[in-house]
Amino acid sequence: MASLDTLRLTAHEAKRLLIDGEISAAELTRAYLDQIAAVEDRVRAYILVTADNAARYSTKVDREMQAVRGPLAGLPIAVKDNMVTEGVTTTCASRILADYQPVYTATAVRQLWDDHVVMLGKTNLDEFAMGSSTENSAFHATRNPWDLGTVPGGSSGGSAAAVAAGEALWALGSDTGGSIRQPAALCGVVGMKPTYGAVSRYGLVAFASSLDQIGPITRSVADCALLLQHIVGRDPRDSTSVELPEPIVVPRDERLDGLRVGVPREYLAAGIEPGVRARFDETLALVEELGGRCVEISLPHTEYALPAYYIIAPAEASANLARYDGVRYGYRCQDPVDLLDMYERTRGEGFGPEVKRRIMIGTYALSAGYYEAYYGRAQKVRTLVRRDFARAFAEVDLIASPTSPTVAFPLGSRTADPLAMYMSDICTIPVNLAGLPAISIPCGLSDGLPVGFQLIGPAFSENRILAVAHALEQAIGFDAVPAFRGPHAQAGDAGSREGGAS
Amino acid sequence: MSAWEPVIGLEMHVELDTRTKMFCGCAVTKGEEPNLHVCPVCLAHPGALPVVNERAVEYAVRIALALNCTVNRRSVFHRKNYFYPDLPKAYQISQYDEPLAVNGWFDYWVGDEKLRCRIHRVHMEEDAAKLVHAGGETGRISGSDYSMVDFNRGGTPLIEIVTEPDIPSPEAAREFLQQLRQTVIALGVSECNMEEGQVRWDANISVRPAGSDRLGTRTELKNMNSFRFLQQALEAEIPRQVAILEAGGSVEQETLHFDPETGTTTPLRSKEEAHDYRYFPEPDLVPLELDPAWVEEVRATQPELPGARLERFMAQYGLPRADAAVLAASTPLAQFYEAVVAAGAPPRPAANWTRGEYLAHVNAAGLEPGRGFVTPERLARLVRLVEEGTVSTSGGKEVFALMVEERAEPEEVVERHGLAQVSDEAELAAVVDKVLADNPKQVEQYRAGKQQVMGFFVGQVMKATGGRANPRLVNELLRARLDA
Repeated sequence: MASLDTLRLTAHEAKRLLIDGEISAAELTRAYLDQIAAVEDRVRAYILVTADNAARYSTKVDREMQAVRGPLAGLPIAVKDNMVTEGVTTTCASRILADYQPVYTATAVRQLWDDHVVMLGKTNLDEFAMGSSTENSAFHATRNPWDLGTVPGGSSGGSAAAVAAGEALWALGSDTGGSIRQPAALCGVVGMKPTYGAVSRYGLVAFASSLDQIGPITRSVADCALLLQHIVGRDPRDSTSVELPEPIVVPRDERLDGLRVGVPREYLAAGIEPGVRARFDETLALVEELGGRCVEISLPHTEYALPAYYIIAPAEASANLARYDGVRYGYRCQDPVDLLDMYERTRGEGFGPEVKRRIMIGTYALSAGYYEAYYGRAQKVRTLVRRDFARAFAEVDLIASPTSPTVAFPLGSRTADPLAMYMSDICTIPVNLAGLPAISIPCGLSDGLPVGFQLIGPAFSENRILAVAHALEQAIGFDAVPAFRGPHAQAGDAGSREGGAS
Repeated sequence: MSAWEPVIGLEMHVELDTRTKMFCGCAVTKGEEPNLHVCPVCLAHPGALPVVNERAVEYAVRIALALNCTVNRRSVFHRKNYFYPDLPKAYQISQYDEPLAVNGWFDYWVGDEKLRCRIHRVHMEEDAAKLVHAGGETGRISGSDYSMVDFNRGGTPLIEIVTEPDIPSPEAAREFLQQLRQTVIALGVSECNMEEGQVRWDANISVRPAGSDRLGTRTELKNMNSFRFLQQALEAEIPRQVAILEAGGSVEQETLHFDPETGTTTPLRSKEEAHDYRYFPEPDLVPLELDPAWVEEVRATQPELPGARLERFMAQYGLPRADAAVLAASTPLAQFYEAVVAAGAPPRPAANWTRGEYLAHVNAAGLEPGRGFVTPERLARLVRLVEEGTVSTSGGKEVFALMVEERAEPEEVVERHGLAQVSDEAELAAVVDKVLADNPKQVEQYRAGKQQVMGFFVGQVMKATGGRANPRLVNELLRARLDA
């Protein structure tokens, strides 16, 4: 068997090794389980590692591979723990679902299972995907493998950290306001939020239904395309899902001749760290070297996107999370005296503080007399944000920005500076409001921590985004891997109560 | 009372008889073991999403078209938020400010007067689950030892029909709802079974000085499923409001409960407890866009409805309104009636026989009209036997009963039981002469001017002939002798 460096191995390489018979699916899976055994106590990317199932299933794939050899057969994956998986506990990193056993499987995961992908386990997240640091998990914080004293970002911090730490070949995340792209950026991996509706939300535990979208977190852009190929498509169980106008293709592009890239001045207005700005500018220079052209553009309603997001997402969440009432499944408080007591204590004890905060904000925003002033106006802003993008895409092919204004920040550090925290979502949130596709790719390091480069495209321009991202990825040549740098001191356990988008 | 007039508006909820639920593939059932027909969607498991039942949309459009509504090209589902154990998502998917259909009307009859009630809106939603409270005395959730939820009903497609406040009396309210229910049944979209709560009503009622065009403060009667109680409740509520107003007080807007035992209305909950439902558009569903061509297809395949059929029966068959109303109300009965006419029975006698003997027969036997031994052809032949004078009307009723009992053709029954009417003048004249001869006292009374005695003579003749005498002929013969 070839020796496997799970910190560097891509899915395309793993697939080739499997096809060439250099390794078996069982060996491939074993390599990831070994890496999990080696580093997971420091990273804590997973809520649940399904080692036995993974080992057993990979053996079965080996046995049956000759007969049915799907394009993804035997490739191991990690799944964010807000996608339901039949027979595998799904917690959403919440006490209220701590023991929840789903009776069905999310469509995106089901599609991968049908392709004989091996599931390694369920990854950590901010409770119900509410947060930007994975510190809001009811169980434990996940650490950034580049520097264990920093956060991996969030809310898909577990998935991003697992891929970065070589604990997964690739992973599924979900993105409501940047929850795939920001942790991908902070962990030095690739993360893509597809066009709203491109991937079925059936079985994705809802946070904000009109914003949520499942997407890949991978080590390369080509892997991102490969995984996306297998999860997109219209699902009759999700009325908001659509068929893509063209199939996703794995990109091979190396040149960007004639490409027009817009750089929104509002995204660079404030709070961008110099190191991040430097890597971003270098990447723009590469765009031009490859034959593209960068122009400054304006997305004038950007400053209103954030407040609009913080009305719409909590409003939808307040209704989406109302079903956790202790009646049918999940946590129920001990010995309730009556119905109201059961509701109040079940939810009071079952939800963490950030979730409660958003439920209260959302409930307030929808209340009689406030609806128009808050929800109604937020929806109007949403329309304006969409128009900003539509206007911009009349001028440029893609829009570029840093994914996050900063690199990974220390665990527990952001509670003191809410403005910095809010600003950290400024480049990702408008994309969800407009339902657009966007990718984050690593574009270098700042102070030894990864910097993410975001590309945003018009609806259903996934192939264009992937092609440009691939060309840039080749030109950037990012080949650093995390060093699991100290401190080993325990930091930022479930106690941190930070907000942040998702 | 004449100084005040009531103003009534109604809401009707109808559970549709679709095969599956409103937003998932679970079967819609009645009377099955609890919680057999459930899935992640109707149990509101994490991650589950609703998908609109297209058949339910078609049925809703059928109702809207029957009520002459404008069917909106685009309508939107909203979430109506409140916590209760029978509502698993803690919101009901309903429609709010962009409903399926608006601005219709429904014509209905109160006695011989045709009234028009405007329809405010028709919208789609899902039904809640069923709660069973164990222990306690009130049968309500508070005070019970524990409560159980049966989710079989949860998610059943539900249509809400809301009228304008156009209904002028409790009797009209009852008539409106009965005729609306018949219409929904005729559409084939719901059996509207009242025992099973497939149809429920809310009523809003206020009073105002007669002739005023302002609306008074209304009270609401919720979740009624008996026509009689609804009418009684409204009849009790009018004098209650009038008494308050005449005493210089003001009616409080509240929900009332009607107690059929005492015949009084009492407040159920005050408006302070009114919910804030925090409606907002359901992000899991795209707006419902209806192709106008499809709506026209639905319109073109609407069945004939009781209201139109009633008027056709009056015009086409010359039936009095009351007869036409009974026959037109139910599609199978109407079809049976028209088949009887088509088989050669004159329309008006056919109507009498269909709504009389025949309807009593199918009701007693629990048959759907059109089923059973009494085919339209058999009834038509019986009607003709009566109309041609072969049997008398009362003889005909006997023939009907024997035809059912012996499963025999009407002509056979007449033959076998000797029920043919005696129309032979000589034979009857002999009987008449004998009756007059045997009752000289009554003959004298008649001649002295006591005309009523005629009935006595007819009765005697009938008795002597076993009821088979042709009554017209008997009358003629009697008068010829007595008036001579």
